[in-house]
Amino acid sequence: MSENRIYIYKRYERFWHWSQAALIIVMMITGFEIHGSYTLMGFRDAVNLHTLAAWALLVLWAFTIFWQFTTGEWRQYLPSMRNVSAMVLYYTVGIFKDVPHPFRKTVVQKHNPLQRLAYLALLAFISPLIWGSGLLYLFYAQWPGLGLDKYLTLEGVAIAHTLGAFLITAFFFIHVYLTTTGHTVFAHIKAMITGWEEVDEAPVAAPAASRKR
Amino acid sequence: MGTPYSSRAASLFAGLVLATFSLLAGANTPTVDHAELKALQGPFATGPDVTEACLSCHNKAAHQVMDSIHWQWEAISPTTGKKLGKQHAANNFCGSVLSNEPRCTSCHAGYGWTDRNYDFTKQENVDCLACHDTTGTYKKVPTDAGHPLYEPREMPKGSGKIVQPPDLAKIAQNVGRPGRQNCGACHFNGGGGDAVKHGDLDTSLIKPSRELDVHMAQDGANMVCADCHTFNDHKPSGSRYAAISKDTDGKDMRFGAHTRATCESCHDLAPHGNERLDNHVDKIACQTCHIPEFARGGIGTKTLWDWSTAGKRGPDGKPLFIKDEHGHLTYSAEKGDFEYGENVRPTYKWYNGVVHQIAITDKIDDSRILELNRVEGSATDPNARIWPFKVMVGKQPYDPVNKTLVVNHVYGADDTSFWSNFDYEKSIKAGMEYAGFPYSGQFDFIETRMNWFITHMVAPKEKAVRCNECHTRADDGRLAEITDIYLPGRDRNPWVDLFGGVAIVGAIGAGALHGIARILTHRKGKGK
Repeated sequence: MSENRIYIYKRYERFWHWSQAALIIVMMITGFEIHGSYTLMGFRDAVNLHTLAAWALLVLWAFTIFWQFTTGEWRQYLPSMRNVSAMVLYYTVGIFKDVPHPFRKTVVQKHNPLQRLAYLALLAFISPLIWGSGLLYLFYAQWPGLGLDKYLTLEGVAIAHTLGAFLITAFFFIHVYLTTTGHTVFAHIKAMITGWEEVDEAPVAAPAASRKR
Repeated sequence: MGTPYSSRAASLFAGLVLATFSLLAGANTPTVDHAELKALQGPFATGPDVTEACLSCHNKAAHQVMDSIHWQWEAISPTTGKKLGKQHAANNFCGSVLSNEPRCTSCHAGYGWTDRNYDFTKQENVDCLACHDTTGTYKKVPTDAGHPLYEPREMPKGSGKIVQPPDLAKIAQNVGRPGRQNCGACHFNGGGGDAVKHGDLDTSLIKPSRELDVHMAQDGANMVCADCHTFNDHKPSGSRYAAISKDTDGKDMRFGAHTRATCESCHDLAPHGNERLDNHVDKIACQTCHIPEFARGGIGTKTLWDWSTAGKRGPDGKPLFIKDEHGHLTYSAEKGDFEYGENVRPTYKWYNGVVHQIAITDKIDDSRILELNRVEGSATDPNARIWPFKVMVGKQPYDPVNKTLVVNHVYGADDTSFWSNFDYEKSIKAGMEYAGFPYSGQFDFIETRMNWFITHMVAPKEKAVRCNECHTRADDGRLAEITDIYLPGRDRNPWVDLFGGVAIVGAIGAGALHGIARILTHRKGKGK
């Protein structure tokens, strides 16, 4: 391997990413079966697995939120409009002309400006939609006790949840496609597995491997 | 889910239930041996003679029975206040007791109800043995107004088969708690034959497999009818005129009331050990999932009865009777066309505890199919749950001028009865005159429906209805007709689905196009 590489995804981060990916894939598959889109494992097993995966993801998020704040990594999701147009230009024009990627990943800035916006949108809009509706759905039987039955219908909650599921699924496919836009098709995926990202040219920043996890 | 924990809990629970029943029912040795009682040595000439002997000790028993629906065939609906019972309620089976008494009252808990002037105050006419015979030899003759046979008789007529009368003294000396044959003699044979009426009650329940009835099977709980249909002062619990739609009290042992034949009165309000299933009990009756089909015991139940075709004669000029390969009549000159069903999936309806039962004299709307006992309820009704029903399809005579149903005089050796003369003109006129109901003299036939609660033949839990039999988009989903709820797995918003589909296809398509464009514009390798 070239020495032009930086340790960009720490061990917990990789664990988080891949276990979250697995859980979300499970929830997409089971969720659309519950929706009635197809029959795979049967409604009962789909519901049980979907619920189990939801709780597992909540636990994972609890740890991850803790991790984000104790490591300061949460700053990776602060949006900035600077250089967004450069990113858009790259994906719509530059990428076809082998123009170098305008963003250089560093340990302190691992997401490009477009990514930051996308992740923030995911966190701010889709995530509350799907978690809020999902938890209400899960606790449907408790609505009368909580006084929620006056304000909510199962249909409304279920449809909100379905909408969230469609948005996440669309996001998922775009996300997977964009992993192929590194300097090689599998560069980004490799980085998410090993933690090490190869960079095109000599890094400006000092090698980051020494940085503590 | 069959986790070790839940199955352990289930077997513990089953053990507790059985222990409870043995405490209630089986364990006590009687303190009376009826065989030794002087009053019961006989011989007895008639049923009423036996009753008088019974009353010489049980001197309140007859009056208790006489206060019950089994004697009166009359009951006030607690929910609608309407006077019902066999004397008043209309059905789409045999029709009316009136003018047909000696035949119908073979299932009366009494003797001698031969006509409308029956004296309901004579306590010696209470039939103790129908319910308390334990020998299985006591039988009421189908045509003798509730009496058993007293002399040897050729039955059926012309068959050459001589039936001997039962030994009343021996029966009287062997009385006991009612078993399934006692109740079944009438309730399994309602509507004129085995399995005809209810769909979930027939003689297969005398010795059912566990799969047919988990409660009554000998290798199940081995319970009898009266274990659930508890009697208080000879009054039975459980009623199809006002079945409890949603029992919110739960176990009734703790009240010591024993007046409710509900599942919850034993199984309590959250019986599954699984929160998600327990959450269903608010809207779904236990029976809906736990009785996947009715008439599962191998005996077909009648599903259609069309009186309008009755009275045909064969080429020989004799009344026509046609049987199917099971020996079931599919056509009877006496009764019309029949259809039967076995292993029938119930029809599901909301039911909130109120049954609108039509009486024979009610004004009816003949512009549509007449529902003889509409069950009330909807998704928004807090007392309503989705219940399973056998919906009996009927076509029966009515008065199109007065807009009422009619009394059809079917039984009797006279020149007006339908089964002797096959002439509706005469038989309806005679029936209405006898009943004292107004009749225009014209009759026609109206299509009717009748809802029969499916609540017996509870299957073992592993045979219960599966989640995806309701939670499905399939047209034949069990709850396809229940459209006033959002049912996950079935229902969706088409616009959200369209938008979502476009979003997903768009995401995949955009990625694919972008990728292809990258490949096409890729002039030199990027890898180093």
